[in-house]
Amino acid sequence: MRCKKCKTKAVIGLPRHNAAFCKPCFNEFVHDQVARAIKSERMFAPQDRILVAVSGGKDSLALWDILLKLGYRADALYVDLGIAGYSAKSREKVEQFANTTGTACGATLLIHTVQEEEGAGIRELADLIHRPTCSTCGTIKRYQFNRTAVEQGYDVMATGHNLDDEAARLLGNVLHWQEEYLDKQAPTLPASLEGFTKKVKPLYRLAERELAAYAVLNRIDYIVEECPMAKGSKMLLYKEVLNRLESESPGTKQAFYWGFLERQTKARPAPASMAEKDQATLHPCTTCGQPTTAEICSYCKMMARAKASLPR
Amino acid sequence: MKVQLSHPERQVEVKGPKRVKDLLRDLNLVPEAHLVIRGDDLATEDEMLKDDDTVEVRPVISGGSN
Repeated sequence: MRCKKCKTKAVIGLPRHNAAFCKPCFNEFVHDQVARAIKSERMFAPQDRILVAVSGGKDSLALWDILLKLGYRADALYVDLGIAGYSAKSREKVEQFANTTGTACGATLLIHTVQEEEGAGIRELADLIHRPTCSTCGTIKRYQFNRTAVEQGYDVMATGHNLDDEAARLLGNVLHWQEEYLDKQAPTLPASLEGFTKKVKPLYRLAERELAAYAVLNRIDYIVEECPMAKGSKMLLYKEVLNRLESESPGTKQAFYWGFLERQTKARPAPASMAEKDQATLHPCTTCGQPTTAEICSYCKMMARAKASLPR
Repeated sequence: MKVQLSHPERQVEVKGPKRVKDLLRDLNLVPEAHLVIRGDDLATEDEMLKDDDTVEVRPVISGGSN
């Protein structure tokens, strides 16, 4: 297989683009796709301070790497969930990356440790409040990520969601016609009111396999092992199904997700009216001040229940 | 050839020579969900693997946070 651009030996085939690339040309392709995403979705400006959510997985570490290589001011936040046999390993990968590439580019790694700040690991917290672990994890991560971005004055938050993630999420939302969720599924979510930071997904044009290849080729050491709580998740099932379709018919995932984005852009309420809608329904939590539709936000409610049950 | 697999971690012995594409098909693995790594490099689907090769077939899909 020959590189489409320079004709030397290819290291990766990309059937959905009818192409194959050598390492340098592949890196260029990946960087271009991210640059294109940032520009077309107006994600951030060169001088903006970006906070990247990193987990130790390939997508978030690749994202941090790419943003730094593109010359952006990108710091990262890692949330240590306290999952026995897993969190220590993922944290190690993040710290290793931060101490090498991060430091070389002048980037800072922030760490939030759930055990210390919320009083117990994620599994114990989920048990205490009788909620599924993944749901508890999501609430804590989104809350801490937004809070850190607001308190530390970052202009925008970035997550490593890729084409596979977004296509799988879209499939789930369409299968069950979750129209409210469809409205909020966009690569850029504006900072609709005080207390919310703008949120972006710069990797949405890249497939998960391409990001894994980017990490391997650029010697980014990431945690390959799955989160032990992810087994049997619906997302995995949707991704599996979509990848079977993609293997038979390359280009399926992008036709589905980018096709949705094109149609949504025409139908989507403008950021101004999304902001108006949020402003009408959201107000500060009476406990912490973060935006919520209720009197007390779901994070504070969750923490109140947990603290009531935690041993003193 | 020795083939390193994950989820769960295990090693299997496969008779070479075999193309990467055919190895994945024989192992019933979806190409879009895997990378084949030989040494420090990626192996494309058309590459021929030999009897004395050691490769890792790495799953790339994550269900949780990435």
